Amino acid sequence: MTILSRVGTRPTETALPAGLRVGVLALQGDFREHAQVLRELGAEVDLVRRPEELDRIDGLVIPGGESSVMDKLARIFGLAEPLKAAIRGGLPVYGTCAGLIMLADTVLDGMNGQQSLGGLDIAVRRNAFGSQTASFETDLDVAALGDKPVHAVFIRAPVVETVGPRATALATLDDGRCVAVEQGNLLGTSFHPEITGEYRFHQYFLQKLVAAAR
Amino acid sequence: MTESTSAEQFGSSRVKRGLAEMLKGGVIMDVVTAAQARIAEDAGAVAVMALERVPADIRSQGGVARMSDPDLIDSIIAEVNIPVMAKARIGHFVEAQILEVLGVDYIDESEVLSPADYMNHIDKWNFTIPFVCGATNLGEALRRINEGAAMIRSKGEAGTGDVSEATKHIRTINGEIKRLTSMSRDELYVAAKELQAPYELVAEIATTGKLPVVLFTAGGVATPADAAMMMQLGADGVFVGSGIFKSGNPEQRAAAIVKAVTFYDDAKVIADVSRGLGEAMVGINVSDIPAPHLLSTRGW
Repeated sequence: MTILSRVGTRPTETALPAGLRVGVLALQGDFREHAQVLRELGAEVDLVRRPEELDRIDGLVIPGGESSVMDKLARIFGLAEPLKAAIRGGLPVYGTCAGLIMLADTVLDGMNGQQSLGGLDIAVRRNAFGSQTASFETDLDVAALGDKPVHAVFIRAPVVETVGPRATALATLDDGRCVAVEQGNLLGTSFHPEITGEYRFHQYFLQKLVAAAR
Repeated sequence: MTESTSAEQFGSSRVKRGLAEMLKGGVIMDVVTAAQARIAEDAGAVAVMALERVPADIRSQGGVARMSDPDLIDSIIAEVNIPVMAKARIGHFVEAQILEVLGVDYIDESEVLSPADYMNHIDKWNFTIPFVCGATNLGEALRRINEGAAMIRSKGEAGTGDVSEATKHIRTINGEIKRLTSMSRDELYVAAKELQAPYELVAEIATTGKLPVVLFTAGGVATPADAAMMMQLGADGVFVGSGIFKSGNPEQRAAAIVKAVTFYDDAKVIADVSRGLGEAMVGINVSDIPAPHLLSTRGW
């Protein structure tokens, strides 16, 4: 695929079909970083805060941030239910860190009453490594993205504790804990490619959009 | 701690600055008890700042203001799931060491407490835990970043409920950044001298047009409109100190400020959330405060 051929480098041109529109959930978190990566990959980007803004997007990125805040705001401003319906309907969604938590069917160590959108057949443990002094960066092998390791930043990050039969693990830490998963049109990572100049996850995600749009 | 993987790197600039990136578009609330921390988390705070007295009380009660009791910090960490920040006095590296072992997520080297060193700030590169520091202008922000600060908060005048200083500081910092982007290299050498900041940082900002770390605003934010105004002026997020728990209805005000920060550019939402909040904190006009009692002039 042409999109994957530019692995790890900043692309100079796009192979995306014109008019493909990617939303970035902009309730809280590092949504501008995701928008920037997606624009550099040639996508049209919409920041999404209102239910009606979901109607015109072909896919959605849920950024890093505070999952409990995103959950509350998504419910208060009426985004949660239409988003759940869109995910059930096959909308491609990529979540990083807090976004991964939002996509998990089960959240462990969540806040009182914390809800997720669900979609990924996984159980995610929130803040699985401890306080900020346990946050770290490391290299990960991700076979789906080629030989070059992914440099991954984990910030008070979640871990996928259980990968259900419908989901597939894409990457694990040396100790075997799962930190990246996919399931159909859904993709989730515990870490933040958007702040390390790593474009391959977003490219991989855009391929799902292209396929879904056909 | 997960040290099973040999190549894992802890406490790097990217990891330290990264947490602040994730707090963007959010509200960080001052809390003095676990019960207040619970209210803050339930209202949608992205983090809480644990301290012994809110700035308004420090201001009215006077005396030396220090790091909080470790028991208080422990109780707040135990209560909430969101990140917990705590304040150390300017230059008090031992208070910072204590906060690091207590397992807080971010240290605020803060002018709201009484300074412990009138010459030096903490050498923040020595720590695994990240620091946020206050600044009133670009030079001050760059000196803090040079010392290892991973996040900057414009100071405002804490404990007043008067947003005018916060406005001045965010406008000053962003105005000075804009000015740098229009300068040629020979002018940047002079700018570095005038800003009393390292040339390399000055040159970097002239190219990128922004600070290399996240910039929040603090000091005097008391209403949803105040918070949204700071966001429209270019803040990445907002600290609210006395403004919430010194108001008539903390739960509702806290939730309203969170919504106003997300929809900072939508006057209709801000109008809606501003209704029926009850009494805002009483407030003191900054111009009525005698100079020795100004907090924003602490830090050098």
